[in-house]
Amino acid sequence: MQDLQFGAWVDDFLAGLWVTVYVTVLAAVAAVVVAFVLGIAVRTRHIVPRTIARIIIELFRGTSLLVQLFWFFYVLPEFGFRFDPLAVAVFAFGLNFGAYGAEVVRGAINAVPTAQWEGSIALNLTPAQRMRRVILPQSIPLMIPPFNNLLIQLLKSTPLIFLIFLNDLTFYSDQYRNSVGNENFIFPLLLVIYFVLSYTFTLFMHVLEARANTRLGRPVERRRIFKYRGPQEEEAVKV
Amino acid sequence: MTVFQTWDMDFALEHLPELLDAFVQFTLVATVLGSILAAVLGLLFAIIRRVRVPVLAPVVTVIVEFVRSTPIPIQLFFVFYGFPTIPGIGFNISAMTAGVLVLGVHYACYYAEVYRAGIESVPKGQWEACTALSIAPRYQWQRVVLPQAIRNVLPSLGNYVISMFKETPFLYVIGVTEMVTVAVTQIGGDAFRYTEVVTLAGLIFLAASYPAAVAMRKLEMRLGHA
Amino acid sequence: MATPETTTAYETTGARASGEPMIRFEEVLKKFGDLTVLENLDFDVAPGERVTLIGPSGSGKTTILRLLMTLETLTGGHIWVDGEPLWHMPKGDKLVPANEKYLRQVRKKIGMVFQQFNLFPNMTVLENVTEAPIRVLGKSRDEANEKGKELLERVGLEAKYEAHPSQLSGGQQQRVAIARALAMEPRVLLLDEVTAALDPELVAGVLNLLREIAETTDITMLIVTHEMHFARDVSHKVMMFDHGQVVEHGPPDKIFTDPDHDRTKAFLHAVIEER
Repeated sequence: MQDLQFGAWVDDFLAGLWVTVYVTVLAAVAAVVVAFVLGIAVRTRHIVPRTIARIIIELFRGTSLLVQLFWFFYVLPEFGFRFDPLAVAVFAFGLNFGAYGAEVVRGAINAVPTAQWEGSIALNLTPAQRMRRVILPQSIPLMIPPFNNLLIQLLKSTPLIFLIFLNDLTFYSDQYRNSVGNENFIFPLLLVIYFVLSYTFTLFMHVLEARANTRLGRPVERRRIFKYRGPQEEEAVKV
Repeated sequence: MTVFQTWDMDFALEHLPELLDAFVQFTLVATVLGSILAAVLGLLFAIIRRVRVPVLAPVVTVIVEFVRSTPIPIQLFFVFYGFPTIPGIGFNISAMTAGVLVLGVHYACYYAEVYRAGIESVPKGQWEACTALSIAPRYQWQRVVLPQAIRNVLPSLGNYVISMFKETPFLYVIGVTEMVTVAVTQIGGDAFRYTEVVTLAGLIFLAASYPAAVAMRKLEMRLGHA
Repeated sequence: MATPETTTAYETTGARASGEPMIRFEEVLKKFGDLTVLENLDFDVAPGERVTLIGPSGSGKTTILRLLMTLETLTGGHIWVDGEPLWHMPKGDKLVPANEKYLRQVRKKIGMVFQQFNLFPNMTVLENVTEAPIRVLGKSRDEANEKGKELLERVGLEAKYEAHPSQLSGGQQQRVAIARALAMEPRVLLLDEVTAALDPELVAGVLNLLREIAETTDITMLIVTHEMHFARDVSHKVMMFDHGQVVEHGPPDKIFTDPDHDRTKAFLHAVIEER
């Protein structure tokens, strides 16, 4: 009975699922770029880039994600910058999660032992070579678990994009509720879909983590990749 | 167009009281009630898992993992729209009640992990000393373990309060008239002016959350050195 | 430390004339906050000379090596390497604090082997050895690989090119670190307690390798070690340090058998007692 009611909506839901995944992936890529730029900038000795990066980080961590989304959607056009909602979503999510990610990048770089910096100075590598060839390859495996937490947070925040008129999973579910009702079918189903998405993204990140560790000569048991560890408690993630 | 042409100070000042009203009545209240619920429920979850209560412990584990991996907005939809229509047990609840429930339960699942870490941080010797002194389990928890555990994780708990605070605008999706809802749908939608009210809403969040985050960092350092 | 201005490359002013020291410390002062580690320190090391620094821990030996490797900043005085100021660069008639570009140019002459090896875990053994020759000296990958394999063979690790540092024993890691330093063809090699982190049974192998290198090359070496037999075998000169000062120095036979100073006697006595 429920399946019949749902049948006509399957195409819509698949379209919505695609929008959800698409926005999550694009925003995640944007966030990683922002995180590395800001995370490296806050570590420099030069006061100007350091201060600018710090201000951006605190601004985006200190105001609410939904406020930022609305600000980019409603206020930015007032200043003559008009983007389509998809760009707004990627922009707002990318900056918000990039700001949290910057702290992850900063922390992971700081966690690489001083000895590694000294080794690369003794070999006379340039500051850029030290970072790119020695420090980042070692800090990236440390970043992946907190990045995974952020990715799940990001995915969990994507239902907000239907508020700026993007037709994601949540949008179609809300439509379904309005026309068909049956709230106790559609929303639990939606929760399960999001859980499956979370798990899929987590698996993907575990594979990345295992590969990064293998490159450091620390092979990972295959079994561990499939183990669901859930979003870990991480202070850098939630502040 | 410059900032000064776009920004209408009179409009901003005229609507600031409405924003602050909504902020205090809904945003702050939801944060406080949600945090209390999360703190109590989270502790309960953590203890159930720690002492491995039969049947309950695995159920709690599943709930914690599931709730933490699914979005608050959908949980809000389910509790606000779905729950009242469940035959036999459902009844109507207000949007605000649904909001506090969802925030509280969602964050309880995070709190459970924080408490777990805190409990694990209490040295084994403390438990052994309790056993040596024949202190009843109830008092072991109440007088010895929990005070130390909670002290150790106070900054993490505080950081989650701040996170929850910044996620209260999610209640927008079920129509709770918290500050961002008021700014966008009521004031902004009526006047077709969003710049001032949305910016103000952001600034109010920043003014409240930034000092709180700094305070938590300080607390963390103090406890770290203690 | 670094000044923002960039300068043109510095020309050596004929400092390589015979009799010129390879390393010269001139009134060197090093402080960590309020703690003075080195004060008014003067000494020379001739080209090709192998000098061992001995003395109680905290006497400033390692700091001397770290200053030469530019891992610590100089508080006062001057250090010259091969006739060029290490921490300063000439600007007009004056010496101003060196910038990173200048440091990189002087650093080319110096290599260092660390107590904790400091190998890069994200690279294979061969990559550890070839990374800097490719990036810094601009060698082709083929050339660097050939030279790297030759060096690894010399340190007895020809079977381990593709291994990761974490898969090697401490002694093997330290051999890789030695090969890595030699691959940069340094004129000065700094050895900072290179056997202190090794299991006792692995020490002899690494020391024999260093003996062999000492005998077959003319690299200037500054050695900090507690292995007194090794120091006696390889060094031309031994310098006894205490509280950031040179207590006495001389040929190893003299210092180890007939030291002038009570502090040297006490130190040697304590070190030998320990064994």
